[in-house]
Amino acid sequence: MAENLKTQDIIKAENLVYSKTPVLTDNVMHYCPGCGHGTAHRLIAEVIEEMDIQADTIGIAPVGCSVLMYNYLDIDMQQAAHGRAPAIATAVKRLMPAKYVFTYQGDGDLAAIGTAETIHACNRGENIAIFFVNNGIYGMTGGQMAPTTLPNMKSSTSPYGRDVELMGNPLKITELVAQLPGTWYVTRQAVHTPSAVRKAKKAVRRAFENQKLKKGLSLIEIVSNCNSGWKMSPVQANAWMEENMLPFYPLGDIKLEGNLLAKE
Amino acid sequence: MKEYVLMKGNEAIAEAAILAGADAYFGYPITPQSEVLEYLMAEKPHERTGMVVLQAESEVAAINMVYGGAGCGRKVFTSSSSPGISLKQEGLSYIAGAELPCLVVNVVRAGPGLGTIQTAQSDYFQSVKGGGHGDYRLIVLAPASVQEMADFVGLGFDLAFKYRNPAMILTDGALGQMMEKVMFSEQQPRMTEFPEWATTGKSPGRERNIITSLDLDSAQQEKFNLKLQAKYRKMEEEEVRYELIDCQDAEYLLVAYGTSARICQKSVQLAREKGIKVGLLRPITLFPFPKKPLKDMAPNLKGILSVEMSAGQMVEDVLLAVNGRVRVEHFGRMGGMIPSPDEITGALENIFIKGTDHG
Amino acid sequence: MANAKGSIVVDREKCKGCEVCILACPTGVIQLTREVNAKGYHFAYMVNPDACTGCSNCAIVCPDGVITVYRKKRPPVEKSVQ
Repeated sequence: MAENLKTQDIIKAENLVYSKTPVLTDNVMHYCPGCGHGTAHRLIAEVIEEMDIQADTIGIAPVGCSVLMYNYLDIDMQQAAHGRAPAIATAVKRLMPAKYVFTYQGDGDLAAIGTAETIHACNRGENIAIFFVNNGIYGMTGGQMAPTTLPNMKSSTSPYGRDVELMGNPLKITELVAQLPGTWYVTRQAVHTPSAVRKAKKAVRRAFENQKLKKGLSLIEIVSNCNSGWKMSPVQANAWMEENMLPFYPLGDIKLEGNLLAKE
Repeated sequence: MKEYVLMKGNEAIAEAAILAGADAYFGYPITPQSEVLEYLMAEKPHERTGMVVLQAESEVAAINMVYGGAGCGRKVFTSSSSPGISLKQEGLSYIAGAELPCLVVNVVRAGPGLGTIQTAQSDYFQSVKGGGHGDYRLIVLAPASVQEMADFVGLGFDLAFKYRNPAMILTDGALGQMMEKVMFSEQQPRMTEFPEWATTGKSPGRERNIITSLDLDSAQQEKFNLKLQAKYRKMEEEEVRYELIDCQDAEYLLVAYGTSARICQKSVQLAREKGIKVGLLRPITLFPFPKKPLKDMAPNLKGILSVEMSAGQMVEDVLLAVNGRVRVEHFGRMGGMIPSPDEITGALENIFIKGTDHG
Repeated sequence: MANAKGSIVVDREKCKGCEVCILACPTGVIQLTREVNAKGYHFAYMVNPDACTGCSNCAIVCPDGVITVYRKKRPPVEKSVQ
């Protein structure tokens, strides 16, 4: 047998198959180990590189853990007040219709304080992309209950679990905005396994491509983990997410090319 | 050929913005300023100049659209009235913190709360002291005629871009609804080049541009705050605007802005007919406030009456300006009531001359 | 046997030791070191480099983008000479 390939023979420029996109800066991300934000950022950056639209993309960062997203993506960005990113993106897109504009928001930002901005940007059919990272919790402020916190799920403001009688039900805002005529593409993805990442990247790419069509808004939910907030190791958190989050927030396309997909 | 047209104050603001080459307006209906949005929608400025006009889902959304547009280096503005301006305070704080230029028009109505739709000047504190959270200031312009409503749109944009700071036209329901003759300036072209800090897309030759008000490093945040304060001091040195009426020989001074200043002009006449030497100082910029002229005039005066349609807000800045050099009192009406010229002259007499009213 | 052989390079100072790559690797190449980096994290390394096929699964799930992947086709296996 010719086990003649040594590591030093393989690690050569001509054999490079995967490296960090230059659209990501070299700054070390502040996220906790295993946090899906980093992967979600990277997919957006990779798509921007592949489409060669670095000079034509403006991102809107939210409030929350990803408030410092602009430290990691080497593109022009604006940082929004909590929940207001879709309003900001609306103005950016309307003033510069040829640019690619996206918001990046967490579940507290998008589905609680920013519900009005989210729904109305969707309903107006703004030709922007919204990347919505749902980890079922307010991460940055210390693991409080979010609109997306599952029934009976513990958080720092539902320490005995979310009692829906008292605290209301989790909000499936992605299914909700899919009903609006202004949304063109609505999908739910994840980034915790290689196959999920590959699918999520296709969705991200589609969200950017759609902006050329001028048919409406693309919303990509990414169900993600918050291992610090959930008080688990990263690997445990991903397993917990599969067992608990994904049955409630099933992955897959919800609306394609303006058409709601029938439930299987 | 330029000619006068008869127009409401609110409409004059809208027309002046189109002519100033504004890039966008984002608004939300509220009485008594809805004519700004109505005029713009009817006038189709997107066909005249390419200007964007959008009715937002709320005042909160509208001010954040202003943030977004201003972040792209564009000339953008919004308008509202008091309760709506309260909702915009979050956005204004972020805009000031991100050092973005924009114009906000407040056609003030009486409060607190829903108050009434009638005119008032009770948003002075909210406008000149910042309004939202944090140490910041707006450039505040106070028109007293429909002509000035129009003129201050261009001036507001110019100052906003000069200082990278939000500017506010602080007017009131009476001026917004009032019809007067107004002459507009020529159509200015919209900008074709944008400030180097604007998020217009990171071209290969430059660093990425980031619009944010966040700096988690306290030392840096303090440094940034000091930079803002230096900017506000520069405004105080360079941008104070005011008008003096009959002040040369004045023993008493009325200080009033906007609608109150119009009424006070008549009060000055009435008082002088009675032999009382009264003048009027009309602040045109409320921030920066004309502190120096007041301080300089104070030693020659027997009394200053600050006249506002409020419980007495600007009077605090008058007091600070004269710093005890002369007696300062307030006269005002509230709740949408407009004082008559006689009432003001009477108050001046009662407080300072007859001593029957202690202000 | 795979017709290509791979190798990864981990930016050890940026790795946070989350172990997501370990689960993502189909051939059990990766483990965490016993030693720690400057931030105190055990970091990913190839415990079993010969098994790496260069599939990139580890790199695409890495939240911090610290893994670079190389892949080289194996030279044709020489027929053994009797």
